[in-house]
Amino acid sequence: MALLKVDDLKIHFPIRGGILNRKIDEVRAVDGVSFEVKEGQTYGLVGESGSGKTTTGKAIMGLNSITDGDIYFEDAHLNAKKGKKVDVRKDVQMIFQDPYSSLNPRKRVLDIVAEPFRNYEKMSKSEEKEKVKDLLERVGISKDSLFKYPHEFSGGQRQRIGVARAIALNPKLIIADEPVSALDVSVQAQVLNFLQDIQKDLNLTLLFIAHDLGVIKHMCDRIGIMYQGRLVEEGQKEDIFNNPQHIYTKRLVAAIPDVDPRRREEHQRFRAQVKEEYQQSFYDYFDENGMAHELRSISDTHKVALPERG
Amino acid sequence: MWKFIVRRLIITMPQLIVLSLVVFILASMMPGDALTGQIDPNISPEAIEQQRERLGLNNPWYIQYGDWVTGVAQGDFGQSYRFKMPVTDLMWDRMVNTFWLSLISVFFIYALGIPMGIISGRWNDKLIDQLITGYTYLGFATPLFIFALVTLWVFGFQFGWFPTGGSVASGLEPGSLEFILSKIHHLLLPGLSIALIGLVGTVQYLRSEIVDTKQKDFIITARAKGAPEQRVYNRHIFRNSVLPIAAFFGYEITMLITGSIFVEQIYSYPGMGALFIESILLRDYAVVTALVLLFGLAAILGALLSDIILSIVDPRIRIK
Amino acid sequence: MSKTLLEIKNLTTSFRIGEEYYAAVDDVSLNLQENEVLAIVGESGSGKSATAFSLMGLHNRAKIEGEILFKGRDIANLPASKMNKIRGNEISMIFQDPLTALNPLMEIGKQIGEVLLLHKKDMSKQERRDYSIQLLERVGLPRPERVVDQFPHELSGGMRQRVIIAIAIANKPELLIADEPTTALDVTIQAQILDLMRELKDDLNSGVILITHDLGVVAEMADRVAVMYAGQIVEIADVESLFVNPQHPYTRSLLSSVPATDFAQDRLHVIQGIVPSLKNLPREGCRFKERIPWIEDTAHEEDPQLHEISENHYVRCTCYQHFYFPEESKEEQANGVTES
Repeated sequence: MALLKVDDLKIHFPIRGGILNRKIDEVRAVDGVSFEVKEGQTYGLVGESGSGKTTTGKAIMGLNSITDGDIYFEDAHLNAKKGKKVDVRKDVQMIFQDPYSSLNPRKRVLDIVAEPFRNYEKMSKSEEKEKVKDLLERVGISKDSLFKYPHEFSGGQRQRIGVARAIALNPKLIIADEPVSALDVSVQAQVLNFLQDIQKDLNLTLLFIAHDLGVIKHMCDRIGIMYQGRLVEEGQKEDIFNNPQHIYTKRLVAAIPDVDPRRREEHQRFRAQVKEEYQQSFYDYFDENGMAHELRSISDTHKVALPERG
Repeated sequence: MWKFIVRRLIITMPQLIVLSLVVFILASMMPGDALTGQIDPNISPEAIEQQRERLGLNNPWYIQYGDWVTGVAQGDFGQSYRFKMPVTDLMWDRMVNTFWLSLISVFFIYALGIPMGIISGRWNDKLIDQLITGYTYLGFATPLFIFALVTLWVFGFQFGWFPTGGSVASGLEPGSLEFILSKIHHLLLPGLSIALIGLVGTVQYLRSEIVDTKQKDFIITARAKGAPEQRVYNRHIFRNSVLPIAAFFGYEITMLITGSIFVEQIYSYPGMGALFIESILLRDYAVVTALVLLFGLAAILGALLSDIILSIVDPRIRIK
Repeated sequence: MSKTLLEIKNLTTSFRIGEEYYAAVDDVSLNLQENEVLAIVGESGSGKSATAFSLMGLHNRAKIEGEILFKGRDIANLPASKMNKIRGNEISMIFQDPLTALNPLMEIGKQIGEVLLLHKKDMSKQERRDYSIQLLERVGLPRPERVVDQFPHELSGGMRQRVIIAIAIANKPELLIADEPTTALDVTIQAQILDLMRELKDDLNSGVILITHDLGVVAEMADRVAVMYAGQIVEIADVESLFVNPQHPYTRSLLSSVPATDFAQDRLHVIQGIVPSLKNLPREGCRFKERIPWIEDTAHEEDPQLHEISENHYVRCTCYQHFYFPEESKEEQANGVTES
């Protein structure tokens, strides 16, 4: 069963201008995105800047207003216009990109981590402290850190404090928006391993938003590739990396640097080849406006945005 | 570009309406009205009532407001009861005087403030910067009217370098060279007084802009090109730091108004500021209302000017 | 036979914190040939960027010791007036963040023109403009005659990085220093920029020093690689030896902490502890010692030196001979080492 279901999501931002500052155009940041995330799965949303991946993540968190489409969480309609609006903020939490700016520098670790459950649960000071200690222990931060401030921690440690805050309410889904892109390689490894552990321990579902295909490949079971607000390809990790069908996916895969210098020339030839194919067959893959077509299944698990045949 | 200015002007309209309403309401709330104190107490209440009716003082407030606004729009601010002449005529000479005073103040503010800010920012935390910054703190702490009194006493009375009142020496032929020089002579000391206190904001703002710009990545790019330090400062740091100051220009107008109110009074300089204080003391409400409206208008136009200047000088918000 | 372009001898760059100087670059020696790409790899705080800035003379208040021989002439601590003739001319630099490295209030053409104005005094204004357009075309910007009059905010990140490269190559430098040139860019743009840099390097026959933390970029671009940790070079080798046969514990740890593009690995290696800050760098003994506490103390040298373990492959300290990952057994590792 799908824990999260995004159906034909559209998020358009108005562009204002003219003398009366009226809406003259709109940016289609997300333009018809549908996917499902199964319980316990790690779903990777990949794309370059401007692809709409972060906007999608924020919309699920309720941080962006939705133009059209539906989001379901455990079959509850998140953006229902009428009737009961379901409050899932407790079950869905977010981890942010920059561990340096996502923690309030003037708050102590205790307050940062306790903030989410202060809103939901009434606890005595000592209970609260115990719970924060537990959470910190879980993310591998010393219990003595309770009264320290964020600047006393390294980037990796801060990111873990961010995770402690995110898991404080026992969420079911965590949206991780580029959680490691601001970190050094060795720290990145630390955070990635840690995310995997915590996912296993708490039976979390992860929506992992990133631009780094290496990281995505390492972390995710299922992957959606976004380009200009639409998905161009979606499938299991193996589908995407072993059998990419869309030219944009191929281009993205070809762009990842190969860490084996012995394959350098081979890789460059491959990249040049893909680039040529991209230029020559662009309109075989995109419509006349340069937008991706609708996704079509090519196997049980694999969908590609290709034009209708015939 | 034009679109932007037009749009900005349209936004200004409601501001003006609110301003005129506020001014009108304040004026009506003041004790007494145009007839109070102007009429012989022996005149019968009926006669007064008749007068009130004739002047429209018994009309509902919105009709009075409407009449007033219509008059203002035609340049009619009513009669000054003290000078027994139309407010508009009364203000014209004063406005010209205040304009020159403001102009010379602005000139000194930038002529002194920009070099001070640049020096302070370039050599930040050096002795020269500490001196300048120290001066700006003093300037912030010193009320303008006290400073103006001190300069008047020292340079006007003690040294006698400058005249201590008026806007021009008497008996000179208007338009002659002596007349103009005398005007300037009368302007220098009050103008400098306003500037020396008024420039502290500019100096501090410019200093922090420069200190900030110095750390920017594109400054490293400029150095990496092999640009000598002087060029790095002139072409990249100062230019980029002075632009926000240009945008600040419009807001200086507000400061000048406050400045002129005190300084004109102290130097008995016949400008709008002095007129304002006199009129308040004498309850010449028609004049006060007109002046408040004009000052408010100047402040709004100043903000408008700031936005327009910024949109011209900064390509990032320049609208095509 | 290629010529030596740059020779760095015992470069030490120290910054003042409080009353004392702390070396961020500590006794670094390197050399670079013409048309060679030398990558300096390391994490934040390793001293790689400080090394690059020392070469350009861009440090403001640092103490620089040692020699930087550029075409045989020592340019370390050269007075600004002399250094300014070299910077942007014979040595130029490409920066990390294209969004902030250009002056936001200056037209692109003027920013390129500036570097021409400074070093090619005989060029007229019109010539500078024409040449700027040529350069923009050379770095692959579409419609260069339009771009030349645009402001930075009108261009995308990738385009701005091309402008920065145009500025860097304007005077056909012999040495190009690229400080994390693609870190701020999207992958597809990164690939294009790397291709462009490779092409330009061959055209100009320049030597390139590539500062990066991205091992993928290194594998794609470099001829030789120097790995820096805590201000020192811990390993230096040609790119193939370094990736295929890494020796220093830090190099090996770093390589195994990158998510690889094949499916094999399911756990990434994590280096214990954190990178020490400049003030707290261990100045005595092996600097990596505290990050690999399971290796016996006797494995480390007292005063670790670079050892040439095979031709042109240098490794600092003797601990590499005894290093194994804690996940592996000691015996397995011992076999692995004898093989190399």
